[in-house]
Amino acid sequence: MNTTPARPETLDAYTREQIDLALAQYQSQPGPLLQVLHAVQQRLRYIPDAAVPIIASALNLSRAEVHGVITFYHYFRRQPPGTHIVRICQAESCQAMRTDALTEHAKKRLGIGFHETTADGRFTLEPVYCLGNCACSPAIMIDDELHGRVTPEKFDALIEEKTRA
Amino acid sequence: MTTTVYVPRDAAALSVGAESVARAIAAEAARRNVSIRLVRNGSRGLQWLEPLVEVTTPQGRVAYGPVGVGDVPSLFESGFLQGAPHALHLGLTEEIPYLKSQQRLTFARVGVIDPVDLDDYLAYDGYAGLRKALEMSPADIVQAVTDSGLRGRGGAAFPTGIKWKTVLDQPAKQKYIACNADEGDSGTFADRMLMEGDPFMLIEGMTIAGIAVGATRGFIYLRVEYPHAHRTLEEAIARAYERGYLGRDILGTGKSFDLEVRLGAGAYICGEETSMLESLEGRRGEVRVRPPLPAIKGLFGQPTVVNNVISLATVPIILHKGAEFYRDFGVGKSRGTIPLQVAGNIKRGGLYERAFGLTLRELLYDFGGGSASGRPIRAVQVGGPLGAYIPASQFDTPIDYEALASIGAMLGHGGVVAFDDTTDMARMARYAMEFCAIESCGKCTPCRIGSTRGVELLDRIMANVEREKNLQLLQELCDTMLHGSLCGLGGMTPYPVQSAIKHFPEDFMRTVQ
Repeated sequence: MNTTPARPETLDAYTREQIDLALAQYQSQPGPLLQVLHAVQQRLRYIPDAAVPIIASALNLSRAEVHGVITFYHYFRRQPPGTHIVRICQAESCQAMRTDALTEHAKKRLGIGFHETTADGRFTLEPVYCLGNCACSPAIMIDDELHGRVTPEKFDALIEEKTRA
Repeated sequence: MTTTVYVPRDAAALSVGAESVARAIAAEAARRNVSIRLVRNGSRGLQWLEPLVEVTTPQGRVAYGPVGVGDVPSLFESGFLQGAPHALHLGLTEEIPYLKSQQRLTFARVGVIDPVDLDDYLAYDGYAGLRKALEMSPADIVQAVTDSGLRGRGGAAFPTGIKWKTVLDQPAKQKYIACNADEGDSGTFADRMLMEGDPFMLIEGMTIAGIAVGATRGFIYLRVEYPHAHRTLEEAIARAYERGYLGRDILGTGKSFDLEVRLGAGAYICGEETSMLESLEGRRGEVRVRPPLPAIKGLFGQPTVVNNVISLATVPIILHKGAEFYRDFGVGKSRGTIPLQVAGNIKRGGLYERAFGLTLRELLYDFGGGSASGRPIRAVQVGGPLGAYIPASQFDTPIDYEALASIGAMLGHGGVVAFDDTTDMARMARYAMEFCAIESCGKCTPCRIGSTRGVELLDRIMANVEREKNLQLLQELCDTMLHGSLCGLGGMTPYPVQSAIKHFPEDFMRTVQ
């Protein structure tokens, strides 16, 4: 955990601009913090710690409030992810269809555990609790793409396809 | 003659290849110089048959499925555009027993129409409910919803009309409609299918709610795990604005209603209504202490109707066909229909909408076809991760709110997840506690600390460390969580744990290898 506060001056011009654009887009909305954070993450793929004081000051919140919201929600990330984010459902319906075996296979195939990124920076592996595809369990999501009835073979084919792309 | 071909754009269908199938059909038609009209509909909810392709014939729509890209040339070859026989031929869609035996009211249009084509929606009775509502007084609209017997389909089953009445009676200048689309329960996907398959129905329902209680602004709080639903909703909302069904002066009546989608960020707890309101206001999704009720002091401190997607989407048909029409379906205090979602280890999983009163056994075996693995179904979990595990000996229980409550279970949002006889119920009990620990908002101690202690106790029980003593302690912990938690997460996590111990004690007594 980072103990020294990250300073906005450490951000490069592009990153700073993206944060400002996200703020400009949503600042005037009621209760805009989540929307701003979504917009920052959509633009940068993560929310840099140095963005916290900028967002806090723009929305008239304390840094603790902004930090508290970022860390409350599983979806927000403070480090850049790999090129592709692979989410494997761990919830009951997928468990009933052996997501445990699929998860083990995925960890072995990618050589990483949950919340980790492959050494080549290509894949980040995350658990997820329900993708709403429960009649086609087990389900995974790669970036915004949903896949159902996923077998280890299908998983490998999907990873292969993303690696080639 | 141009034949219309339907290939779903529903996320479940896409997850098993519908996009490639649609492209292959378009390419093959072009190659053969055949003119087709390709419509991307929602899903019929027969998920084991997805991708389910339909073609229009003079007799009605004919279905083929599950269609893979490799099947497309042979489909054309055998004349599927005329509804001809093929190995994947399923006959008339409406005659497929799984679909034919349903009573689709809320899902009547899902899978039938092009979800983002407003004219298609209008052609199938779309906005007939709003037109009726616009001629009624707010109190009469609320009365119709009350008379229909509709109860909150999100899980709490609170009478929708009574909630609306409370908001209507508040004198506030600004009121809100907040739609809970944070469908986080495992085994549920009705909200997703509805939003992807018939988004205008939800928009219409929210507009009627706004007119009924005097709210001019609505929010759909959508979980971020549903990107397809997000795109469909945004498209439908934009079209509704263009055509004067949203915004200022709706259809020239002087009434206004603005609607926007806001995304959650992967927190199960935000499906709890007060936590959802906190999140909508841009804060940590920590639950609020009630009272005050959201109907009195809700979003931004104003009176707010908080309803689930299915509750709101059912309002248009109640207004259109009348409260009696809807109330005449169902049994006892469970009126109308319920879209059940059959999932997990099941042969024919999908969405099954029917009047309350079907038994679990009928659902699992007559329609679900038994387990996918072919082994006996040992247990089902009804109502999501906070729902009880029900053993096979209780499968003759009718699916309605009261009957399930009488066996210590709950219907919740209507998800039914099947597990076969290889399932270790002690592990499922441990998972319930683990899930609670991961998703706890941290505000109250029984949930925040209790869930972690629960995982530890179950680990010791499974490892046969002072088993009897720890089982006793676990029951006491469950009692504390049940009675001491602020909301349903901590308060109901004991249901799956205690039901697993009660019905499957042998799984907690295994010899340690």
